Amino acid sequence: MDMQATKKKLGLKEKYAHMTRGLDWETTYQPKEKVFPQATFEGIKVHDWDKWEDPFRLTMDAYWKYQAEKERKLYAVLDAFAQNNGHLGITDARYLSAVKLFLTGISPLEYMAHRGFAAAGRNFPGVGPRVACLMQSIDEVRHAQTQIHALSNYNKFYEGFHAGASHQIERLWYLSVPKSFFDDAFSAGPFEWMIAIGFSFEYVLTNLLFVPFMSGAAYNGDMATVTFGFSAQSDEARHMTLGLECIKFMLEQDPDNLPIVQKWIDKWAWRGIRVLSLVSTMMDYMLPKRVMSWKEAWEIYFEQNGGALFNDLAKYGIKVPDCIAQCTVDKEHQSHQLWLTLCTHSHAMGLHTWLPDAEEMDWLSAKYPNTFDKYYRPRFDELRERADKGERFFANTLPMLCQVCQIPMLFTEPDDPTKICYRESEFQGEKYHTCSDGCKHIFDDEPEKYIQAWLPVYQLYQGNCWPEGTDPTAEGFNPVAKYLEWCHIDAKDTGDYEGSSDQENFAAWRGVATQNV
Amino acid sequence: MAVTALYDYQYPAADTQDKFHGNQLLFVGWDDHFLFVAPLAFSVPPSTKFSDLVEKNLTFAYGRHADWAKIDFSKVTWLKSGKPFQPDFNKTLAEQGIKHKDALRLQTPGLNGNGTCF
Repeated sequence: MDMQATKKKLGLKEKYAHMTRGLDWETTYQPKEKVFPQATFEGIKVHDWDKWEDPFRLTMDAYWKYQAEKERKLYAVLDAFAQNNGHLGITDARYLSAVKLFLTGISPLEYMAHRGFAAAGRNFPGVGPRVACLMQSIDEVRHAQTQIHALSNYNKFYEGFHAGASHQIERLWYLSVPKSFFDDAFSAGPFEWMIAIGFSFEYVLTNLLFVPFMSGAAYNGDMATVTFGFSAQSDEARHMTLGLECIKFMLEQDPDNLPIVQKWIDKWAWRGIRVLSLVSTMMDYMLPKRVMSWKEAWEIYFEQNGGALFNDLAKYGIKVPDCIAQCTVDKEHQSHQLWLTLCTHSHAMGLHTWLPDAEEMDWLSAKYPNTFDKYYRPRFDELRERADKGERFFANTLPMLCQVCQIPMLFTEPDDPTKICYRESEFQGEKYHTCSDGCKHIFDDEPEKYIQAWLPVYQLYQGNCWPEGTDPTAEGFNPVAKYLEWCHIDAKDTGDYEGSSDQENFAAWRGVATQNV
Repeated sequence: MAVTALYDYQYPAADTQDKFHGNQLLFVGWDDHFLFVAPLAFSVPPSTKFSDLVEKNLTFAYGRHADWAKIDFSKVTWLKSGKPFQPDFNKTLAEQGIKHKDALRLQTPGLNGNGTCF
């Protein structure tokens, strides 16, 4: 017989109230503004921190229970995947280039998000955001761990996974793009951090990253990635809500906060969109079995879902960022322009690229009827012709970079996809170049911040990207080869997929798995 | 507008000319030729003659395109910071005011990758 309870169990709301009780203590021997210096310097005015309520009101015991359940399921799937040689069940080892980009580009950002939310939680005087930031901080470090665990299965069998998340994020030219996004956010104050990561990254990026890309992983037989993706995505909903609630809180607290919040939304929407261009190549080119085009994903997850979000914020006076008009143009072009860049620079990357075959180009043509055949098919045809003659084209000179997003200056003018977009600014007598009106606007607003940018090409020319003891005056000195050595990239990790050891091994192992040999 | 910060926010620029061991950065883009997906970055001494820049640096970078050999440099257009610029092939970069991090654009009308801009 069950024990008769003498007292009614606490409801979740009451439990949450108990958990957070007293966390907003008053300081005694130091003034409050010295204990929380970051709460005011950005100009955000808060009159009543108690008005910020965590919509999830998650208590610790519930949090541990949910997350422990997810972890058990995740590691059971990973174990089964490893024991059953799940890596041979994927469509093609080409798919792993997308996974390599994910491991090297995104997993370190999860770790940065963990640090950033811990710092934001420390710096907010209110109880609600402090506890919610703590939970998110724990989630983010868990995401970094689960991603690296999920992907480590592939590291046993394929090239290029060995140093991405730790060593190469600081060094590789294309990884400076997502890294600079987080460095920019982390060096801002806690409120801007919430817009940058809580709103832009969690809303704009993770929807497009986790939902369609994880479907892509499922389509291509990668159950390890699907599982960590689903595990993370259930947290993302809570993270998105935290970001949105923080925006609403700022706007409800004081009308003076509106222009500051609007400026941050404009800035971080554009920065997020530029980082997303890497994901566009994953969707359109790197999945052997495609789910939907980048343009379709953009229309569903950004234009429709994001549009609903901005409708929701309109009552506070928030306007849709001006850069969205540019995005409507870019959705037709960015994956093609960026994949052509990766294809012609993949001798200096930690992953393989390839030229789309006839069937893949027909798919792209059907998905991009306005642009693919007109602008991009001829370019792939020419590259294919050269490759067939044994002259696969790789650039032999380093590209000019955008001072803000750090992507090579590859994007075109809004009104002409055949002309590179050049924008120039001057600050303290120095010239700075940006790839778009969006990046120029961000630079001109805070030039002091972006003049410090660690731009890989220019650092290489300064001699800062070679192993210790390198003599650049030695005969036959090859700066790119030395740069790759400094990045811990081996010849097996780079270049075309055709003829790579990944291709060769995958074919051989799959042959063994399906034949009686 | 200045960065909003807790303290006086002053940090040096990462790419000033003094860090390039006597060289300067120079950016050159060749319009209508997307085989080279973005303008290129060169690190060259300011004493480089413009003719050497074209014959050595740019030919090394762009020479694998069939259009390159067909260029008549007496008929091309150059832009600097988006405005028309007439380089003197016999003068050095420094002598004709091509400064650190200047961006030049080479336009070769009639040569546009067989109409595909590639």
